[in-house]
Amino acid sequence: MNADVLIVGAGPAGLAAAAELRRLAVGQVLVVDREQQPGGVPRHSAHTGYGLRDLHRVLTGPAYARHYADVAARAGAEIRAAVTVTGWAGNRCATLTSAAGIESVSARAVLLATGCRERPRPARLVPGDRPGGVMTTGELQQRVFLRGERLPGRAVVVGAEHVSFSAMLTLAHAGADVVALVTDLPRQQSYAGFAVAALARWRVPVWTSTAVRRVEGRERLAAVELADLRTGAVRRVECDTLVFTGDWIPDHELARAAGIAIDPGTRGPAVDTGLETSARNVFAAGNLVHAAETADIAALSGIHAARHIAAALRAGQGTGVPSPVTPPVPITVDPPLAWISPNAIRFSSAPGGPPISPPRSRFLLRSQVFRRRAVLEVRQGNRVLARNRARLIPGRPVHLDAGWLARIRSSDGPVLVTLARG
Amino acid sequence: MTGTQPAEAADVIVIGAGVVGAAIARELSRYQLSVVLADAANDVGTGTTKANTAILHTGFDTVPGSLESRLLRRGSALLTDYAALAGIPVERTGALLVAWTAEQQQELPTIQQRASQNGYDRVRPVTAAELYRREPQLGPGALAALEIPDESIICPWTTPLAYATEAVRAGVRLMLGTRVTGAQQGGAGGAGGPGGAGGDHVLSTTHGTLTGRWVVNAAGLYSDRVDAMLGGDGGFTIRPRRGELIVFDKLARPLIGSILLPVPTANSKGVLVAPTVYGNVLLGPTAQDIDDRRDTATTTDGLGSLTAAGRRILPRLLDEEVTATYAGLRAATEHRDYQIRVDATRRYACAAGIRSTGLSASLGIAEHVVGLMGEAGLPLRQRNGTAVPPVMPYIGQAGTRPYQDATLIAADPDYGRIVCHCERVTRGEIRDALASTLPPADLDGLRRRTRALNGRCQGFYCAATVSALIAGQQVRAGQQA
Repeated sequence: MNADVLIVGAGPAGLAAAAELRRLAVGQVLVVDREQQPGGVPRHSAHTGYGLRDLHRVLTGPAYARHYADVAARAGAEIRAAVTVTGWAGNRCATLTSAAGIESVSARAVLLATGCRERPRPARLVPGDRPGGVMTTGELQQRVFLRGERLPGRAVVVGAEHVSFSAMLTLAHAGADVVALVTDLPRQQSYAGFAVAALARWRVPVWTSTAVRRVEGRERLAAVELADLRTGAVRRVECDTLVFTGDWIPDHELARAAGIAIDPGTRGPAVDTGLETSARNVFAAGNLVHAAETADIAALSGIHAARHIAAALRAGQGTGVPSPVTPPVPITVDPPLAWISPNAIRFSSAPGGPPISPPRSRFLLRSQVFRRRAVLEVRQGNRVLARNRARLIPGRPVHLDAGWLARIRSSDGPVLVTLARG
Repeated sequence: MTGTQPAEAADVIVIGAGVVGAAIARELSRYQLSVVLADAANDVGTGTTKANTAILHTGFDTVPGSLESRLLRRGSALLTDYAALAGIPVERTGALLVAWTAEQQQELPTIQQRASQNGYDRVRPVTAAELYRREPQLGPGALAALEIPDESIICPWTTPLAYATEAVRAGVRLMLGTRVTGAQQGGAGGAGGPGGAGGDHVLSTTHGTLTGRWVVNAAGLYSDRVDAMLGGDGGFTIRPRRGELIVFDKLARPLIGSILLPVPTANSKGVLVAPTVYGNVLLGPTAQDIDDRRDTATTTDGLGSLTAAGRRILPRLLDEEVTATYAGLRAATEHRDYQIRVDATRRYACAAGIRSTGLSASLGIAEHVVGLMGEAGLPLRQRNGTAVPPVMPYIGQAGTRPYQDATLIAADPDYGRIVCHCERVTRGEIRDALASTLPPADLDGLRRRTRALNGRCQGFYCAATVSALIAGQQVRAGQQA
């Protein structure tokens, strides 16, 4: 079959994009998702706080997921759940498997919105036995909120970022006694209030500069060995559940299968400020290009991509699509900054057209280090385009306002963002 | 079940349902014999069998003239044919044995010569230029290599399951969760007769008493203890050799074409990089002698040494995600060769010290052991009708899986319902595994039958759903019982 736009992934980014494309009068918009229900990760995040920046009200995860599924469906997008894109049969031609069989969908444009996942224990090379009872937050939430499982006994949470506190709440809800949140970083990475509340209300401490050295337990999980990175002291903490949280990686397998260029920092597809990838008319949005932001940011990223997809389809009416007149200018970071998204600045297709703004007129960055008062310096060649103040916390978004975009020159080479000294 | 006893003595009791024990039970099932296959674990192939490098060896590098050399060659040929019939995933990727130092390079002609002595003539020298042409991602510094074109990769989980399935369908009684705790042998007059060799074996187990005319010891890591119980000659002691391995994401698979072998040392075949039949890349194993026969934990040092070796052999491998880490224990002894012996008087056969080549040699070992038992007086009368290998569910990556098969999905939509996204395992395959001749006892058993949960997310997306499917099956089974 054919579609004007095929969207892979019915999470916040994909569904918000579908609704926006229909609002912009794009004809046939097909959204496919491999899960049984559309909505993405918010489906099994029972806590509230969804919708702040996009809907300007606060919903629970499941309500938020339903909202976007309804909006996209009402706008006239076709949403098909329990359908897996297993590969590509050609440019923008996807192979799908579902209970209905195997089919191909050819689209004029594709939006990849496949999201991200947490690194599981093996990917973190944590040694020791391999008992059950070790999981990621994603698995934990599905077990507790989708399947109603109870998890009695003691639990340890690895990580101290937002999602780690969310895991702690889920564990408490499932009847577990959370012993501690442990992080190898010198400080926790979530809002200060969360850590204070965790300690006060649930008596859960955050153990910083602490690494998981070993998992112990042949049949069932028995304990974890924790090392204090400051003193080298090792202690054994008995537990029945161990949850590895955060440490996000984009689900980029379909992008790589399509031969799309991957940004070494984000590990998602490299995208320009219009969220187009290295493949013509293949776009990527949401946590696939910035793992992980909150759902509202993913949705706004989807809406941004939708507008540029609609523009590309309008420009491509007829046979060939004219290439943008000015080639994109790459934008990169130097350590200790970890990555920036998007990864290139695109110019409007009109000759001499201005640079296009990223979603929400800001670039998103990550830092490997804590800095209370950092200065981000934006340079192109030897010209300093901007110096912006920022607070850096590993795993937490750093925003770089794109007000300086008007000053870049298409001929001056890549833009570099560094941490200014002093 | 405790306390129930078979009405009469079995002709043969095989202790240990690893790949070797299962192969022996299968071989025995072709004759008019009553056979019991007992294992302490809740599934077949859960010891040394499940956690190895999953290579179907040609035996080119064995000690010439050894039993291992002969049985590996024979077993490898038999298994290649059997795998094709039973649907066991095998890929003939070939291997390149790479020399990284001048000393190693000098070893290559000796290795090639040894292969010829082992009856394998297809080893061929490869220059550095050809090596890098074939494996462009290989790290810098390789000097030369040998090509072993018939080294293959195989599924170590489907293989023992196929043997055991065939055996069970031919009437072998599989007793899982049955640990042998003691043994006695009656006199020539039978179990109740005067003590001494010649009578029936009476085995105490955690599932009651088992009586058998013959006993086969295929107890792997515990074979020395079983040997002592059965009054064997005690000529060997098991010293587990632990091997840690790292499995990389399928996105790493295009980095290599062949199995990349190192030049072996006295102790170990060394760290290799190999594709797997599931489309991943394997790095390992380490080799560490340990005392604890259950210690399959990975270690900081082990994983560290593997990543260091991987970085040298295939630098870009380390850029890809790790999907799994595990450790297996090889049942090594103080001897280099297999410890296979048959005692006609005691009616006792021992197949021990198989180390790391048991998977490849299994059918050769079974044929050899059963042949010796026949010579020692076990009556080997062929059953009526020919033995038919079972057709196992295909879980390899190179062939067509159910999610890719439009005809199959049209006939049964459950084959289009993907449950485990990373490995693309469908609801139909999980249903089939739960309803098979040897259903899984737990999630790990289901993993080995379907690949479910074995992928890159390690359960982030599907663990809850898959657990619910297997729990539902167990509830239904409980209701029927």
